[in-house]
Amino acid sequence: MAADQVARTVTRIAHEIVERHRTLDDLALVGIRTRGVPIARRLSAVLHDITDVAVPTGVLDITLYRDDLMRHPVGPQPVLRKTEIEFSIDDRRILLVDDVLYTGRTVRAAFDALIDFGRPRSIELVVLVDRGHRELPIKADYVGKNLPTSLRQSVQVRLEEVEGVDEVVLEDAPED
Amino acid sequence: MSAWEPVGTQVSNPDRTILKGGRVVDPVNGVDGSADVLIDGGRVTRVGPNLEIEPGTVIIEVPPGCVVCPGFIDMHVHLREPGHEYKETVATGVAAAVAGGFTAVACMPNTDPVNDDAGITRLILDRAAQARLARVYPVGAVTKGQAGEQLAQIGELRAAGCVAVSDDGRPVANASLMRRALEYAAMFDMPVIDHCEDVSLAGDGVAHEGHHAAVLGLRGLPGVAEEIIVERDVTLSGLTGSPVHIAHISARGALDAVRSGKDKGIRVSCEVTPHHFTLTDEQLAGYDTNYKMNPPLREAADVEAMLEGLRDGSIDCIATDHAPHHYDEKLVEFDRAPFGIVGLETAVSICLDRLVHAGRVRLSRLVELLSVNPARVLGVPGGELTAGVPADITVLAPDLAVRVEAAAFRSLARNTPFDGWSLHGGVAATMVGGRTVYVNETVPGATSFDRRS
Amino acid sequence: MLPRTDPTRHDAEIPLTGSGSSGAPAEFETPAGLRAKDLLSIGDLSADEIQLILDTAEAMKEVGTRTIKKVPTLRGKTVVNLFFEASTRTRASFEIAEKRLSADTLNVAATGSSVVKGETLADTVRNLEAMAPDMIVLRHAAAGAGHLAARLCRARVINAGDGMHEHPTQALLDAMTIRQRKGRVEGLKVSIIGDLLHSRVLRSNVLLLRALGAEVCVCGPATLMLPDMARLSVRATTSIDEAVEDADVIMLLRIQLERMRGYFFPSLREYFQQFGMTVARLRRAKRDVIIMHPGPMNRGVEIASEVADGPYSVILEQVANGVAVRMAVLYLLAGARHE
Repeated sequence: MAADQVARTVTRIAHEIVERHRTLDDLALVGIRTRGVPIARRLSAVLHDITDVAVPTGVLDITLYRDDLMRHPVGPQPVLRKTEIEFSIDDRRILLVDDVLYTGRTVRAAFDALIDFGRPRSIELVVLVDRGHRELPIKADYVGKNLPTSLRQSVQVRLEEVEGVDEVVLEDAPED
Repeated sequence: MSAWEPVGTQVSNPDRTILKGGRVVDPVNGVDGSADVLIDGGRVTRVGPNLEIEPGTVIIEVPPGCVVCPGFIDMHVHLREPGHEYKETVATGVAAAVAGGFTAVACMPNTDPVNDDAGITRLILDRAAQARLARVYPVGAVTKGQAGEQLAQIGELRAAGCVAVSDDGRPVANASLMRRALEYAAMFDMPVIDHCEDVSLAGDGVAHEGHHAAVLGLRGLPGVAEEIIVERDVTLSGLTGSPVHIAHISARGALDAVRSGKDKGIRVSCEVTPHHFTLTDEQLAGYDTNYKMNPPLREAADVEAMLEGLRDGSIDCIATDHAPHHYDEKLVEFDRAPFGIVGLETAVSICLDRLVHAGRVRLSRLVELLSVNPARVLGVPGGELTAGVPADITVLAPDLAVRVEAAAFRSLARNTPFDGWSLHGGVAATMVGGRTVYVNETVPGATSFDRRS
Repeated sequence: MLPRTDPTRHDAEIPLTGSGSSGAPAEFETPAGLRAKDLLSIGDLSADEIQLILDTAEAMKEVGTRTIKKVPTLRGKTVVNLFFEASTRTRASFEIAEKRLSADTLNVAATGSSVVKGETLADTVRNLEAMAPDMIVLRHAAAGAGHLAARLCRARVINAGDGMHEHPTQALLDAMTIRQRKGRVEGLKVSIIGDLLHSRVLRSNVLLLRALGAEVCVCGPATLMLPDMARLSVRATTSIDEAVEDADVIMLLRIQLERMRGYFFPSLREYFQQFGMTVARLRRAKRDVIIMHPGPMNRGVEIASEVADGPYSVILEQVANGVAVRMAVLYLLAGARHE
């Protein structure tokens, strides 16, 4: 996926969001760190362009909720960074945003984290890429692109805000 | 020197024996070269190259590279008996001594009860006689119960076999009492050995006062606390004309005080421990209580001063301050651990490695430090391989590769900071009164000393 | 399983989907671990590790602002708070931090434990170790007590104050407070005033502030100085005016009344006259100076009440940051088992 495709995909998802919601007033975007955050911000900007509504956007770090935190025989802990949700999520419709949907475990952790902040009316899941291989019963509501992959492959999402370039690349991982 | 010899510790072998083909280092007689040593009736009878061997003489081939020296005397050990037999006994202490190359030790009086009484002195000598390994020279207390208040019965201690007096473990704090002790002990040809520490300056310190103790939050024992008392003792020795011996010197200022006393002709001598010329307070970083001793490990400049003192002669003796403690006593917070480490089984290797091989002192100077001078300071036989003296002999293997293994010590205690150290040089065999009391089987050919094999 | 490429993800066995599927730029790539098994001294930490703890603490702070102040991170982990010295603030702070991370906590105080029956520290620690705790938070009157405990057990040991040696989490929370107020630590003039000799807070702070590049000045009576302060790259002075001059941060240390015994200065009154922090003395400092104190304070001895309660005082912020810093330390130490 090249830069223009990434941009078009974000715009298309924004239109889908508008189509599916009668009002945007009770919506909020929550991006999962790291790359869910810029995607959420872009969606917020596009939604503003289309509807003139400023959808509040938050940042969620799911590190403290991971199910594999204390399971490593050796090795460093993941870097914890700040969660910033400066609005009440009670009774809001939350659009949870991430770059790639894979096993579903990040989303599971994000659910736990969100619930600690309150009781949203609903949670919908937005992903740029769905690469399959789910390990939990989780399904995205808005998908930028379905990308069939093998377990040997990795999906590299690079974003302007993080890597300085917009692209999605499928890479064959080296043999172990 | 009187003809007096300690009672009860005579161990000798009546057989005529010859040590053949070794390098003999005997500074008193100016010998340093290949020579044989003839022993008869437990005494040295002749030393010289290619001695004639009469029939019936037991021949011991000195292993190649080994050095025959007058027996080493550790003039500062704690044997802990009576009272603290769980730390060490006379028997285990002398076993450690001979394994470390020492043919004699002088044991400090801070036992329980204190050796301020002829009965305790005799008990120690009896135990030593039973062990039949190293000679044991008890050091009596200066003051009753080492309480620093009234003089112990020094004349009676002398008669029972003590060779010196000391309140070691603590100083004689009262200057007036120290003066009287010097005057009184000199009547019996006994030096006063002082543990020099100004108790008010030392306070409840646990480590050398300096950068490392400060960073580690350990209360300091300043070098000047030692220096002040050494200055005092030197001055009092000058006043009384009596000999004073400074135990375990460690601070550079204290050594300067000894040096200037000697320059004035004052009868002051001093000893240094192997750890005080090897280790610094930098080692305290992990709070290992095997680095806790009193005087404490001092800083690099002090260690350098000690090495210089060993070289220039201002330090007379090397003594271990062998201070055994049970491992439970050391496995506590640094503040609460007792002071002291064992030293009998590591001293000679450290000296060979850090002094001789490092080019700091020649081997003959090391023999002065470990044998000649301790014998003179204590006024005991030994320190020379002259015809007629007891055949107390330390045989060194200067090129032996030694790995210190505390678990294998003959001492009951394991409290050493040198565990696991690799050192260059060790002991091949030890003889007391012409009888082999220790053979190091890792030295090729050393079994020649073991006449049972 | 697919090898992960994001270095912050090392979950080869249980991959997580989503954010982070490719290499991130350098600021996200800092390896998030502490090398040492235990936290015994600030000296064991590199400048990067200190920054990591402070960054993590910043993120942890947010948890304390939630309605539900609890995350499941240390679920199933057991933390023993082993306190041989009285402590209100530090013990409470650790306990709150542990609970916010969902650890199971056990408080063992010197009174009410077998310590009063003469058990050694070694035996106490080995007995606790037999119950397989994951971490031990240790407060003890002897310097190096944590080192002894750490040698005897697999559990990670966090030094919560050992005699006159160190109090690492206090220095970390101080640095967090400075960073929050000043945006940085590097290049600031930090003056530490009071009983230097007996202070573990001083020792940890000097190491930490120097590691982060602050200019440190220490001040107190000559009788309460450490020997050889220059070796720690610290300026030492007995002039309070010199210490306060142009200071960005002033940190006051507690005068430990129980240690003084009339040896170090003649009276508390004279101490306050010579070294007490008053509003008048503060005028020499920078206009935006902040005043810190590790507590508990002796008002009218090292600090005038007007200063302690005044606008420059960040003393309560320090306390608040204490919880976040301790959460960060617990989190960073708890994870990976040490090789």
